[in-house]
Amino acid sequence: MCTTCGCGRAEVTIEGEGHGTPHHHHHHHGDHDHSHGHGPLGAAHAPGLSEARIIEVEENILAANDAAAAHNRAHLEAAGVLALNLVSSPGSGKTTLLARTAQDLKARMPVSVIEGDQQTSNDADRIRAAGVPAVQINTGKGCHLDADMVHRALHGLTLEAGGALFIENVGNLVCPAGFDLGEAAKVVILSVTEGEDKPLKYPDMFAAARLMVLNKADLLPYVPFDVDKCVEYARRINPEIEVLTVSALTGEGLDAWYDWIEARRREAGAGAARQAAG
Amino acid sequence: MHEMALAESVVSIAEREARRAGAERITSVRLEIGALSHVVPEAMRFAFSAVSRGSLAEGARLDILRVPGRAWCHDCGREIEISALGDACPACGGYSVQVTGGQEMRVKDLEVA
Repeated sequence: MCTTCGCGRAEVTIEGEGHGTPHHHHHHHGDHDHSHGHGPLGAAHAPGLSEARIIEVEENILAANDAAAAHNRAHLEAAGVLALNLVSSPGSGKTTLLARTAQDLKARMPVSVIEGDQQTSNDADRIRAAGVPAVQINTGKGCHLDADMVHRALHGLTLEAGGALFIENVGNLVCPAGFDLGEAAKVVILSVTEGEDKPLKYPDMFAAARLMVLNKADLLPYVPFDVDKCVEYARRINPEIEVLTVSALTGEGLDAWYDWIEARRREAGAGAARQAAG
Repeated sequence: MHEMALAESVVSIAEREARRAGAERITSVRLEIGALSHVVPEAMRFAFSAVSRGSLAEGARLDILRVPGRAWCHDCGREIEISALGDACPACGGYSVQVTGGQEMRVKDLEVA
């Protein structure tokens, strides 16, 4: 802590460094030019500086995103469309699962897809090749989708009642966790070639998800992944989380995944009916 | 590095409020960040200094008030404090822990000139 002005900069804890290590302190005290309003009322203990005023704000940092997400959610619910936000780290087989799901479900229900990646339209191309409408969002340097991007992408899709919309988020197990897109549920996909302790390492995502899909189950005989342990870890973070084990490659477990989607779709349809009646 | 996007929201909220109050400059911004929220304070500081350039908040000090993580332990029926999701109950060591607070990410107030 800076003894001149009391600005705390002690949030960084680095394992093995221990307490009492001098932390770096970015602002310059030689020409101490920031005004001194640390207390709630900005008690001016350094006289002679320009008169400062405090403006109370009390606003959620994500308020704008949450408002856009609420708008998307209302729009999707009114249309009777189930929206699922698929999240995972890169390489979990998310796109393979999605392409196969779209292919298998398109005869049973209207399916559409929003693809999020930093660059390329490869994934949307892959989905369109399966005969399913898809819109690609490229986030550039962005590490996650936000509700406004999804709102804009929705304008490029025709939503049909009783349908399912899959939103494939940017491959990243951290950043997408906090951004509500207006989906009915987040689905986190974890492959058995990853560490079974990922729920503990990236808890925010597992806390936010309703379902965890363990993919690449066909590789279980060849990898040391312990399914029970993984589920135990995930439930430590989120006691309510549901779990399915599948292989998007061989098709193992996919019927249970499709049943899960059907159940959510019925919920979405019931919601739309309630809205229409109300 | 989603703190970049969050910092952009902070600057836009701060600029809107400062303009509404007819202020010319934002000298400090106070955030309330829960220990169980999606924000790493150091990343937020870095992002804020980058995205506030050219805005009314350029050069503003960022104060981050940390709110402790709170939870309810179903095993021992106690209100507890945890520092991260997935922590065991400090009283009984169980993992039936339900988060009750410490997830906030708020712009609390601003100091303007």
